[in-house]
Amino acid sequence: MKVEEIVKILDAEILTSGHDPGLEIMHACGSDLMSDVMAYVEENVLLLTGLVSPQVIRTAEMMDIRVICFVRGKNVTPSVIDMARERGITLLVTRHPMFIACGMLYSAGLRGKGVRD
Amino acid sequence: MNYVLPVGDFLMAGEASSNVKKILNQLGIPPRIVKRTAVAMYEAELNAVIHAYGGRAEVEITKDFIVVEVIDDGPGIPDIELAMTEGYSTAPDEIREMGFGAGMGLPNIKRNADEFSIESEVGKGTRVRIVVYFNR
Repeated sequence: MKVEEIVKILDAEILTSGHDPGLEIMHACGSDLMSDVMAYVEENVLLLTGLVSPQVIRTAEMMDIRVICFVRGKNVTPSVIDMARERGITLLVTRHPMFIACGMLYSAGLRGKGVRD
Repeated sequence: MNYVLPVGDFLMAGEASSNVKKILNQLGIPPRIVKRTAVAMYEAELNAVIHAYGGRAEVEITKDFIVVEVIDDGPGIPDIELAMTEGYSTAPDEIREMGFGAGMGLPNIKRNADEFSIESEVGKGTRVRIVVYFNR
């Protein structure tokens, strides 16, 4: 699924300019617990989260996660956006809460593979 | 290479791991190996910042492997076996509220490293040693 499609499905806003519109996302992971993201996510995924701290960007950086979507219309600080841009990470924000956002993407065909059992 | 880990500045933790990841990428190390190294070092770096209010990281890169040692002068770990148990954590609430401290750190370092050792003395500090081979 292309990032553009995810943006459309979630009615999301793109916070980082210069992202790769053709980037294909195969799987997704919804979590507010970065410890779990680092322990269980195996393949490059879209990360959906309600956390907006710089450590979310760090976690994505270490895990080779290229796209993050903040849920519940979170306010993201300019410094977090800059940090993501410097690392080539695309940031999205949707007003939908976590459960709904995950459900919408799942219904559209995204799956949770790439996550260790 | 030596890095000073920020004293009690959780939001800044990860700079050293980020730097090492960039170097390994520049050296052309396979992405899966780079990711394992970065995750292991980042977890160790976070531990030092969360539990020991800082510390240092010593990194050695050869053509075949990388050695990362994260050393702190913090409170030490009284029971290492317990600390290695998934889900066991002594992280404070403010760290948990930021999405960490779920008791996955040390087991995750071990899982990502080819060699892992930890030495700790209560009141003195902790030393975590991680080795990752590039061609295995």
